[in-house]
Amino acid sequence: MDAIILQILNGLDKGSAYALIALGLTLIFGTLGVVNFAHGALFMIGAFCAVTLSRLLQISHTVIDETQKDFLGNPLQVEVPYIYDIFGQATGDVIIDWAVPISILFAIPVMVLIGVAMERGLIKHFYSRPHADQILVTFGLAIVLQEIIKYYYGANPIPTPAPDAFKGSFDFGAALGFDPNTIIYPYWRLVYFAFAAIIIGGVFAFLQFTTFGMVVRAGMADRETVQLLGINIDKRFTLMFGLAAAVAGLAGVMYTPINSPNYHMGMDFLVLSFVVVVVGGMGSLPGAVLAGFLLGILESFASMREVLEFLPGINQIIIYLVAIIILLTRPRGLMGRKGVMED
Amino acid sequence: MSKMNLTRRGVLKTGAIAGAGVAAPTIFTAQSAAAFTNEPTGSSVTLGFNVPQSGPYADEGADELRAYELAVEHLNGGGDGGLMNTFSSKALQGNGILGKKVEYVTGDTQTKSDAARASARSMIEKDGAVMITGGSSSGVAVAVQALCQEAGVIFMAGLTHSNDTTGKDKKANGFRHFFNSYMSGAALAPILANNYGTDRRAYHLTADYNWGYTTEEAVRTSTEAMGWETVAAVKTPLTQTDFSSYIAPVLQSGADVLVLNHYGGNMVNSLTNAVQFGLRDKLVNDKNFEIVVPLYSRLMAKGAGANVKGIFGSTNWHWSLQDEGSKQFVQSFGTKYGFPPSQAAHTCYVQALLYADAVERAGSFNPCAVGEALSDFEFDGMGNGPTLYRGEDHQCFKDVLVVKGKENPTSEFDLLEIVEVTPTSQVTYDASIFGGELGACNPGA
Repeated sequence: MDAIILQILNGLDKGSAYALIALGLTLIFGTLGVVNFAHGALFMIGAFCAVTLSRLLQISHTVIDETQKDFLGNPLQVEVPYIYDIFGQATGDVIIDWAVPISILFAIPVMVLIGVAMERGLIKHFYSRPHADQILVTFGLAIVLQEIIKYYYGANPIPTPAPDAFKGSFDFGAALGFDPNTIIYPYWRLVYFAFAAIIIGGVFAFLQFTTFGMVVRAGMADRETVQLLGINIDKRFTLMFGLAAAVAGLAGVMYTPINSPNYHMGMDFLVLSFVVVVVGGMGSLPGAVLAGFLLGILESFASMREVLEFLPGINQIIIYLVAIIILLTRPRGLMGRKGVMED
Repeated sequence: MSKMNLTRRGVLKTGAIAGAGVAAPTIFTAQSAAAFTNEPTGSSVTLGFNVPQSGPYADEGADELRAYELAVEHLNGGGDGGLMNTFSSKALQGNGILGKKVEYVTGDTQTKSDAARASARSMIEKDGAVMITGGSSSGVAVAVQALCQEAGVIFMAGLTHSNDTTGKDKKANGFRHFFNSYMSGAALAPILANNYGTDRRAYHLTADYNWGYTTEEAVRTSTEAMGWETVAAVKTPLTQTDFSSYIAPVLQSGADVLVLNHYGGNMVNSLTNAVQFGLRDKLVNDKNFEIVVPLYSRLMAKGAGANVKGIFGSTNWHWSLQDEGSKQFVQSFGTKYGFPPSQAAHTCYVQALLYADAVERAGSFNPCAVGEALSDFEFDGMGNGPTLYRGEDHQCFKDVLVVKGKENPTSEFDLLEIVEVTPTSQVTYDASIFGGELGACNPGA
């Protein structure tokens, strides 16, 4: 029982990342009809927003420490962040320690701008082109973006830790009456899950309860009729692209303490996120979220040692296997709508 | 007028033979007056540096390339001479190799075997490289080594840690200075026993490819011989980024040590995840839970950040060593580039100098003569103490370093501290235990 609870917890945070990326993907597909293979790159850029802010906060001047030597035997040059000069060392350390959560404020405008620029500058020229062309151009864009990041930040992962307050793990086992240490779970992963739930809830609330959201939903259902009513739906859809980029970016920002970001991390999530979108149903927002969590949990169970002993390698194919079964039994995915991508 | 009897079968036969001739790579078919492949005839000699310039190990490849450029500078008489000042052999004079100026071409392995073979082939066929060196992966090393054997050039391996490179896949034209999985296990086990005791239960997470298997086997064998029990060994996909579902069950298994047979991004992520789960704060079987990383790299330790603190591992070389060779190399490299060299840079620099020295001593670039000069060559002053290039498998035998993540680093380079320099005798093994045949050296053309 404790092993099952543990793998469900594991699946929830993995599913949170899948769901957040897939939510943006399906939002773009549902509004603009574009299959955006650069969405994983937006997740990666979000993570590098956290890296960038962390570095900005640590911009330093050097002080020579005669008492210590560097690797060449010269007096050590100690880096002192300017933020110490402004706020004092104690406050400066706290600000640097909280760089990742602070990055959320930095990432939102950056990601919306990148999203809008991407849509207006490149993707809008491919609306009337076949999906294959859209996939090619967005995939190419993803490669360009990751190479730009690699050029400036290098190929190695860059550690971007969570605030000290969230280090360590919570012992669910002890709390639920099991043996201590049987169900432990890192605090930051719980934060990630809660954050994902808030973002997903926020996006749904925005679409459901605001006039802007209502127009967007109407446009998703019947674009031409909405335009005939004199509403500039293209402008709203562009903003939705920016919103989707921000959702992916925020998913990336908060993911940095879980795995040190590197230029390739977007590609690692991209294919799985597409499977999530297809299994959930192309263009279905609740479907993307449901499939994200479902496949995340399934992947976790498939990685259990007991399962791998019976079915070696199942952890690498489980998601695709389930995707095949679901698409065979429900060709439109779990919550797909009739008519989407069927012309 | 002669009459030609053209038959369908005859045309097909002729076409097939001609096609096969055209299709065969020229390095395997070219006939010339040269005694061996790419015999240098002018005033210069070209070396091929095949390193990862793109892909996940690009930073490591960049450091390898820096080291090679430094080696070329020193071989041609530039800079401060580097390790030529401390090298026990005095054959190198700083006037190139055999009086020929050293030039080089570079290739990008992309850490993919097929890409690495293609770039090595291009450097041999198009650029006339007489020796290929470099790389940051055992899969790449084995693939390129086989190509160099077929082409008739020497391969001086870069960073490759699998037993197979000089074990079952060894070749007469291939040579490795870097240590291997067996040596890591043999060096680590006594230190682990001293620090953590002999009554331990280990859980292995192993990267699902050749290097992972040999490393797991080496560490298991060595630690079990010390009295440890292996509770479980789970293979993890090479493409895995989040290891939470593999790490979460570790405590449930009753294990009190986690061994991460991972390298590169895998190591950074699995170690980060393990520390996040708070494993190191737990008390299991009345003992502190411990994590071990058999192969450390400073560049990877940087990626894992503070998570490496207090964690044992092994490494081929470290810039904080205080022997004359290491100090000289750190001085030369640090002065030129502004930061200390990595172990990848060190092994690549040393391999370039060892090749050049062997050519000087052999008096020829002929790979068979060079191979003979390298086989059973004993040297010192290159940073790892007295070293033997064993003739039976072309593996270097030297001291191995056991290191630990530093608790209070003073800089981004000061991440590891040397715990023990394990003597060569403790990591030496019988060449036959890993199988394979060197075969005969191939001079090519």
